Amino acid sequence: MARAKVFITLKQGILDPQGKTLLRALKSMGYDEVEDLRVGKYMEIALEGSDAAVIEKRLGEMCESLLANPIIEDYRMEVEA
Amino acid sequence: MRFGVVVFPGSNCDHDCHYVISTILGQPVDYVWHQSTDVAGFDCLVLPGGFSYGDYLRSGAVARFSPVMKAVEKFAGSGGLVIGICNGFQILLEAGLLPGAMMRNSGLKFICRFVDIRVETTETPWTGDAAVGQVLHIPIAHNEGNYQVPPDELDRMKQSGQIVFRYCSTGGEVVPESNPNGATDNIAGICSRDGNVLGMMPHPERASEDVIGSSDALVIWRSVLGHCGVELPA
Repeated sequence: MARAKVFITLKQGILDPQGKTLLRALKSMGYDEVEDLRVGKYMEIALEGSDAAVIEKRLGEMCESLLANPIIEDYRMEVEA
Repeated sequence: MRFGVVVFPGSNCDHDCHYVISTILGQPVDYVWHQSTDVAGFDCLVLPGGFSYGDYLRSGAVARFSPVMKAVEKFAGSGGLVIGICNGFQILLEAGLLPGAMMRNSGLKFICRFVDIRVETTETPWTGDAAVGQVLHIPIAHNEGNYQVPPDELDRMKQSGQIVFRYCSTGGEVVPESNPNGATDNIAGICSRDGNVLGMMPHPERASEDVIGSSDALVIWRSVLGHCGVELPA
């Protein structure tokens, strides 16, 4: 059994209304050191297989087709095979 | 003219669309279940609004892999008329039948109210009976209507007349104040290059009868009927 972590983030240049709101909220709470905040998605996936290269290729397909929207989102992954 | 209203788990404007098509337009209409793989015999498919698959992951992201969507893609690819309303629009974007993507409304709030939109082109099956600059008073009801598209793609869309509706003031001016959700260029509705696929965030099925506040969207239905050689019964 392999485990994968998938991180989906908004592409640079795409406005992130949620991130902006959280940034403002943190500042209003006194956390003035916060300069930027972008909200993304984190997924933990358990899957069969032991070949990390194969798993990464398959996960890449999953990200391109469903898990991420390539028009507005980037993704990266960490695989423990 | 035969209509099909596609029903996904979580669609909630399907009955409204069915009602408008059958009762107000007087046209034959059937529901098409999302498990169906056959859309033969329809002249126009409607992807209604709602919260297909609970809006999980991204609005429309899961619905686009419903069995029926393969048939819808084939239907659209061969020139069939498809209109996606609200969540239906989001599904068309996720399916790649229309360019761009939806983000959360810039104000982070679900917005449910009447807006005004301006007809930008009459060179589509959906607006042939309208006039350029015509203002339609029509409701929106969405949380993800913040339309985004890369600048180069937007230029291509403008050149090929794919921007169909833009949010505007009551007087028809496209200004930032009339943009309810942060959508690029105040875009409320777009079509495919060939014009046969239309996606729009506002709800024409909720603006087709004066008794519920507006019948401005009748021009969209009248246009598409006329495109198929059918006159809207008086």
